[in-house]
Amino acid sequence: MNRFDYLRPASVAEAISAGRKPGSAYLAAGTNLLDLMKGGVARPALLIDITRLPGLDGIEVLPNGGMRVGALVRNSDLAYHPVFSKRHPAVAEALLSGASAQLRNAATVAGNLLQRTRCAYFYDTASACNKREPGAGCDARDGENHLHAVLGWSPECIATHPSDFCVPLVALDASVEIEGPTGSRVVPLDSFHRLPGSEPQLETVLSPGELVVALHLPASAAGYAAHSRYLKVRERTSYAFAVVSAAASLRLEGGVVSEARLALGGVALKPWRARAAEQVLAGRACDEAAFAEAAEVALADAKPSGDNAFKIELARRILVRALGLAAAGTPDRMPALPGSVFAQPEGLALHA
Amino acid sequence: MPETAPVHIRQGSSIGQPLTRREALLKVTGRARYAADNHPPGMLYAVVAASSIARGRVASLDVTAAKSHPGVAEVMTPANAPKLAQDPDEKANPFTFRLDLLQNDRVRYANQAIAVVIAETLEAATEGALLLRPTYETEPAHVVFASATPFVPPSVGVGDQPKASRGDVESGLTGAEKRVDATYETAAQYHNAMEPHAIVAQWDGDRLVIDTPSQGMAMAQSRIAGLFGIDQADIHIRSPFLGGGFGSKGLISGPQVLGIMAARLVNRPVKLVLRREQMYGPVGHRAATRQSFRIGAKADGTLTALDHHTVTASSSFDDFFEPSGGVSHTLYATPALSTTYEAVRLDMGTPLFMRAPGEASGSVALEGAIDEMAESCGLDPLEFRLKNYAEVEPLTGKPFSSKALRDCYVQGAKRFGWASRPLAPRSMRDPAGLLVGWGMGTATFPALMFQAEARAELRADGTGTVDIGAHDMGQGAWTALAQIAADGVGLPLDRITFNMGTSDLPNAGIAGGSAHTATAGSAIHNAGASVIAALAALATNDERSPLFGAGNTGVLARDGRLMRRDDESRGESYSDILNRAGRHSVEGKGQAAPNPGTQQSYAMHAHGAVFAEVKVDPTLGQIRVTRLVGAFAAGRVINPRMVESQYYGGMIWGISFALHEQAITDARSGRITNANLAEYHVPVNADVPSVEAILVDEHDPHVNALGIKGVGEIGVTGTAGAIANAVWHATGHRARKTPITLDTLIR
Repeated sequence: MNRFDYLRPASVAEAISAGRKPGSAYLAAGTNLLDLMKGGVARPALLIDITRLPGLDGIEVLPNGGMRVGALVRNSDLAYHPVFSKRHPAVAEALLSGASAQLRNAATVAGNLLQRTRCAYFYDTASACNKREPGAGCDARDGENHLHAVLGWSPECIATHPSDFCVPLVALDASVEIEGPTGSRVVPLDSFHRLPGSEPQLETVLSPGELVVALHLPASAAGYAAHSRYLKVRERTSYAFAVVSAAASLRLEGGVVSEARLALGGVALKPWRARAAEQVLAGRACDEAAFAEAAEVALADAKPSGDNAFKIELARRILVRALGLAAAGTPDRMPALPGSVFAQPEGLALHA
Repeated sequence: MPETAPVHIRQGSSIGQPLTRREALLKVTGRARYAADNHPPGMLYAVVAASSIARGRVASLDVTAAKSHPGVAEVMTPANAPKLAQDPDEKANPFTFRLDLLQNDRVRYANQAIAVVIAETLEAATEGALLLRPTYETEPAHVVFASATPFVPPSVGVGDQPKASRGDVESGLTGAEKRVDATYETAAQYHNAMEPHAIVAQWDGDRLVIDTPSQGMAMAQSRIAGLFGIDQADIHIRSPFLGGGFGSKGLISGPQVLGIMAARLVNRPVKLVLRREQMYGPVGHRAATRQSFRIGAKADGTLTALDHHTVTASSSFDDFFEPSGGVSHTLYATPALSTTYEAVRLDMGTPLFMRAPGEASGSVALEGAIDEMAESCGLDPLEFRLKNYAEVEPLTGKPFSSKALRDCYVQGAKRFGWASRPLAPRSMRDPAGLLVGWGMGTATFPALMFQAEARAELRADGTGTVDIGAHDMGQGAWTALAQIAADGVGLPLDRITFNMGTSDLPNAGIAGGSAHTATAGSAIHNAGASVIAALAALATNDERSPLFGAGNTGVLARDGRLMRRDDESRGESYSDILNRAGRHSVEGKGQAAPNPGTQQSYAMHAHGAVFAEVKVDPTLGQIRVTRLVGAFAAGRVINPRMVESQYYGGMIWGISFALHEQAITDARSGRITNANLAEYHVPVNADVPSVEAILVDEHDPHVNALGIKGVGEIGVTGTAGAIANAVWHATGHRARKTPITLDTLIR
């Protein structure tokens, strides 16, 4: 890897000041960044190690009933946090379905949000990638794109965002607290990641120096705790990115959906909130017909970006399944295989 | 001729004991020194710069930029690479494979070494390699299997004929009442040993010391001696532990030789470790195959003909052809049998031996096709296999030296509960609604023997030493061979010193072909017999010994004593014999080699039966193996714990073969797009819920003196087919392409 300077700032302000410099990068657990550096994909001139910054590792319930999660909270610490996992079981389930135990023990909340796509052409520096090198072209378009995007992609980029965590978060209206050179702001997670458009190198709304300091979940998100699931279909039982995943959270009143929250993972360059499908479900009975209709609406705009049309039908089916699981109720205990199609306890049918 | 007791009746024997690995504590405490753990004083780090094109030549390298990076000591390119004594493309024999050693600027595959950067630190060398920014004269590459032009290879595997037959296949097919015509495809796979190929090389004049993982030190010595024009005896290889080999460390690879060249260039010790992605090219792989079957049977399920045609791929510049047809030669009785091959050449690294080369890919295809025929005949898959049980080897008509496959079927089926399997697919569900399927496959692997030598010494203090340059890839050679050694010299295990893992010990051949325990073990056994004979000669010719004159009836060696064969109460200790003779020690040597007579007379194979249960999500297609039961008969078991582990490992690779492993190659660039352990999937723990291995008794008086058949590879065979057949039974979808992926089950 390239030679770089290493800075361990004592305060957020110092970090931000250093982070404005071109070529700088914030380093947290490094579970993604260091791989990128070893491969020559990322070549920062300055690494700003934020892991010792004070005050970024808290998990708290705010007076307004929402939750604030510090940027440096480890994925596993959040997933097993008694209050958080009770209020946001689908988020915990998504966290535990991701990566491996070792990675989850290291990886941070903000790092999960900011992880880069796993598109092989992004990682292969000999390939053309508009995200890595604007204007270079996209070798994924006519390449191996079995797992690429089916929603929100552009001719310039067909990559996907790989996070599991972000999928239920975006469904539950999470937002991102950012500190920057000009002060702090809060951005809805749904607007935090950008779709590729013609500038796929711009991945988030963060401007130079801006640092994610916390994640917020509104008080309303906890209202779905009784009917919240994350389901992730993958090519092996664990330690694999989603082929497609879905988060489904329902508020039920007498067997009728009063409100639904739906999002898909592995289908686009951002966690994909399916608002129109949520509208389909509002006021409907919890039945497979309603779920199927919602799934149709959720994927209405989907189109294959390559050899991946199967993902569209798969996404519909996963949504239907996730809705069925959510309707059946959040299990009392986290399944042994979180987010897995093999997680169902004996005796619980797959279909609602 | 004095003799040790036949091992199977010996009391106080180490053989057969389920000892844990003797080096286990070293390994779990990090004290086992693997090649890359060595850091001799003054050592530099070498990093390979690898080609990003698959065919062409290197037009330029920015050596200046690399050399000006702080810490970079030297950049080895074709311009300054040490000239070799021998063209690395020269093929002395079919077992010598061409290596890319910076002798020219040609590029023959992606990930080929095009330079080596040598630096004071790994980081500097890594950055130096990036700074080379190569430019190429790129030529169109052919990497797509399906679009290349096939030809008939001159031979397949190691010298096997590309065409074999018995009986009249066409009339067997014509007369058949049932026909299966099916084509199976297997994906290219890459060895992903946890330990990448690594070397620490130190020159002292024309003497060379290397720490490197090797499954065949003597062959590596010979190859290196030829390339550098030095004496084989001046090459000292230390290879005490391998972090997995799976065939990829059988022959010394190009990058390992580059480490030696780098050390020569800078005249300092050099360490070179391949990066994970760099293992996808220069160190071998299992080529993709496309296997077409034409099978005929009578309505009652008796086979009338089996035609197995394999198309596989080799590199553009060398010959290794995955011998997938071999399994059809041995498994099912048929009056007419034919195996044929075609191959294509692709711009990729040369495929090589990968755990059960040929048998693994051939087995998954054959077991699928056989299952299809069972289905077509309306028979239970086990019943069908029993109906076509081969009492003699189908291709040659030879009797088997031993074959307990029927016991494997019976014991495996019983443990699995196969008898309650419904015939029709898609007829079982679990309480959660997941589709459940049961499938089976027959496992087989030849019982091979290579050549080896060993040395044994017994000392007057009652201890002994056994030396052999054997190899432990993790399979347990340190333990199993020591058990054979202890019995061979008639001492308890804790009274012998057992040395292996370095090239200055007697040549143990190669740890491959599942033959290492049989081969090295036989040499050790014979060395033991030889040293006991020498000891016995001292005693039986000495009138002061209670064994005087026992030469005719023979003596037994056990627990550090020799005793009369006809009267075990008459004997004395090794120490007494040696002390009386005024000898500090006595030595013996032993050899092992295949026996041409038994090879001529018998077909020698290990066998097994694997039963698999899978669950498949009916709408989402995700597959999981939930149960595997394998029953294997492989002759004598030296250490049941190690053997069980070998079967587990093989069966887990079977899961990998059936559901996970595939190298995905970009058709334009020829680069493998998933050359990392996150995206090149192998099973993780959650994919391996329950595996059972049953060790079925088998006595083989012919394979070798110890009756060992070998267990290293057979577990892969049978298993992948069993899983694919279980997927069919669960879903009704006959997956003829592995790995079976979920998208194929939801379409």
